[in-house]
Parts: sequence; C-alpha cells; structure tokens
Amino acid sequence: MTAPGRVLVVGASASGLTTVESLRRKGYTGEIAVIGDEPHAPYDRPPLSKQVLSGAWEPQRATLRTEEILSGLAADFVLGDEAVALDPAARTVRTASGRELSADAVVLATGVRPRILPGQQGLAGVYVLRGLDDALALKAELRPGARLVVVGEGVLGSEIAATARTLGLEVTLTGPLSAPMALQVGPMVGGLLAELHQEHGVRLRLGAGVAGLSGRDGRVTGVELSTGETLAADVVVVAIGASPATEWLADSGLTLDNGVVCDSRCRAADGIYAVGDVARFHHEGYGRLMRLENRTNATEQAAAVAGVVLGEDRPYVPVPYFWTDQFEAKLQVHGLLPADADVEVVEGDVAARRFVLRYASEGAVTGVLGWNMPKQTRLRRQEVVDALHTPVSTP
Amino acid sequence: MKVLIDEEKCVAAGQCVNASPDVFDQREEDGIVVLLNENPSAELADDVRNAAAVCPALAIRIAE
Repeated sequence: MTAPGRVLVVGASASGLTTVESLRRKGYTGEIAVIGDEPHAPYDRPPLSKQVLSGAWEPQRATLRTEEILSGLAADFVLGDEAVALDPAARTVRTASGRELSADAVVLATGVRPRILPGQQGLAGVYVLRGLDDALALKAELRPGARLVVVGEGVLGSEIAATARTLGLEVTLTGPLSAPMALQVGPMVGGLLAELHQEHGVRLRLGAGVAGLSGRDGRVTGVELSTGETLAADVVVVAIGASPATEWLADSGLTLDNGVVCDSRCRAADGIYAVGDVARFHHEGYGRLMRLENRTNATEQAAAVAGVVLGEDRPYVPVPYFWTDQFEAKLQVHGLLPADADVEVVEGDVAARRFVLRYASEGAVTGVLGWNMPKQTRLRRQEVVDALHTPVSTP
Repeated sequence: MKVLIDEEKCVAAGQCVNASPDVFDQREEDGIVVLLNENPSAELADDVRNAAAVCPALAIRIAE
C-alpha cells in the first residue's frame, strides 16, 4: 500500500494533533489538513479541571504546542470552523462556513460533548466543563464562600469538587451512585474517596438522582433531587458524562453506536479512521468494542492510526490508563476495574493512604490501582499486560 | 540530544519509563520523573522521542 497523497484530520485536540505529529515522525511528507471547531490552538484538557480551574496555571500553559512547533508540522490548521458533513466515498468533509476539504485518508477525531440536564440551557450559573472557554467561564464564578453544587460523581465531577473546595467554596457533590467514582474504581476506593472529600469539607449527597434545576429570574438557585430535597446553589456544574460528537456523521453511512464503530485497526470505512474519545474500536485483547475517554488513549491511538494510514497492519490493543488528582490523593489506574472484581492490597497500607490494589476477575488480573504510589503501581502494570495477552478459554 | 524535564508538569504516569527505561525512572515516594541520562546516545534517541510523545503531561522536552 502506498501512502495517501493527502490526509485530513477532523478535530484539533490531543488526538488530532498527535495524529499529525505521528504521521510526520513516521516520515510522511504529503499534505495534511486539520479542522478544529474551536478557535484556540490545540490545548490539553486534564489541567482544565485542576490547574487552570484553580488558577495555579495561566491558561496558556495548557497549550499543547508552541506556534513554532505547530508551524514546523507543515499542516494546514483550519480552526474555528466546524465539520458538518462527511461523504465517505469521496472522502470529503464540509464545514459550517461552507468549506469542502477532500483527502485520500480522513481521520475522525471530534471527541465528545458534555451531556446536559433538561432545562440547563438558558439558566445562568450552570456550567459544563469540556473546553478551555468552559473552564474560564466557570473559574470566574468560583468565589470563596459561594455555594457550588457539582452534579455527577464521576472523575470530572470529583475533581471539580476538590478544586472548588480548595478555593474555599461551600461544595456539595451529588449523583446517583453511592460514592465518588464508584463506577470507575469500585466501592472500596469509592468509599475512601468519600472519606477524603468529607474530611476536606465537601458535602456528599450521593445515591440520589437529579430531578431538575430550580431558578429565579433566569439564574439557577438550586438542584432538585429525586428524593424531594433541594440543594441550594449559587453555581452548578453538570458533569454527568459525555456523548461522542457524531451528530454531524448521521447521514454519512458510517456505523455510529456510542461512537464511530471501527475495526481493530481503528478503520471505520475504506480510507476513514477514528481516533480518541470518539472512536469505538474493536480491542482484540478484550475481544469487544471499546471507547476510551482518557488522555493517554488520545496519544497512543493517534500513533497507531498514523501507522495504519501509512500502511502498517497492526491491531490497536492498549492497556487503558487514567489518573486523577484530588486534594492530596493521586490515583493511577492501569487496566480495567470491574465492579465485581476481587480486590487485594499488594503494596503499602490502606490506612496510611499509600497503597496499590490489584483487581482480578475469575482469577485473572484485570487492573491495578495506586493511591499515592505511582511508581509501584506502574511496576504492577505488567501483570495486567500478561493477563491481557493470555487467551481466555471460553466454554 | 539533550533531554529536559518539567517536574512541576509531571503527573507520574510513568509512560516515559515504559517507553525508555534507560533514560527515565520515577521517584519512589511520589512517582515524579527522574532523568537518568540527560544526553542519551543516538541508539536511544528513538525511544526518548517516543517517551516525549507519550507523556500525557507534556513534561519532556528534547533539544536535538
């Protein structure tokens, strides 16, 4: 297979940018164009809920690459223009401003959009956090003493609660599960996170769904729970997950099912690939479709897709990884942590809040989680890799 | 090749150590990157570039 003459990347965040960089690192000298819906040069998202929101970093520090490095990539960045349609046969993308860009290979890297609550739009004081502008708008409202309700007890909601509490706000974290990040880390670590948040003064109202938002004169005044309780609020952040940004592909004929469905090479159709949060690829190690919304996947998958675009024939079989920083806790997770896994302390001491846990299902290691022990956790990652490459005997 | 690290940006993911164990390590106590060799030889260059590329915190810079 010969390298494509022209590559079009739709999406200018971490996975889109890394696709471009990987193509160049692999020696590709053809034309590259990148379409991004935001006006900003590519920036990094993990700091948004932490260092940017707290003010510890100037927003520019989250920029992914300097202008010199970007221009050194010799790619045509079309920013502030949204892709609105794809013709996969012609490999042509149309944008909101009416541009039409064609290429021999198209890489879809449009990411995800935050889910919102009914009635959220048009109510002042209610925020989501996905982009840089979201972070800066929310930051402006985070005044010490203000009452903040964070709806959503996942990774993002828990991080925002911790950051806002550190800034001196009266913070309540609410969501349907029984503990912070219970879905991501299981009940045991969720319980430890609940203790951590409460020690720092975060009020937890967990185990109840949100019924709606209440407001007066166009501004939010509270969050109504399904129990009938109303949590009074000056500011509300809605962090209830995100949906793949695939609306624009509705008429493309691509298979869309919780993301752009791809094969193990991240190929959605002939000459069309998907990468990052939007890509739901077949993971040959797990034997199923997966969509990973985490930072390291954006980079690793982009490198893999760049290889496939240039003719490599290798499946993408990552070990999922994410980290989160909340108050003084730094958690690292390699692999998967099923809710019903057997959990064993393999390093350190839970009471001392420095430990590594190993998660296993039916005797096979599925993942490791470290709490303030990043190096020791990484050293255990190999156990996850080994289990992933051991064929599972199915009856 | 000269390698520069930003300890303040490092998030202790350890991806650099997986990519280039001869050049990077992590502190025992908090997992922050430790540079073992700030002028790696040519045969390590590819691994080091890969380490910089996979760092999720952009904490590794390379001056060629």
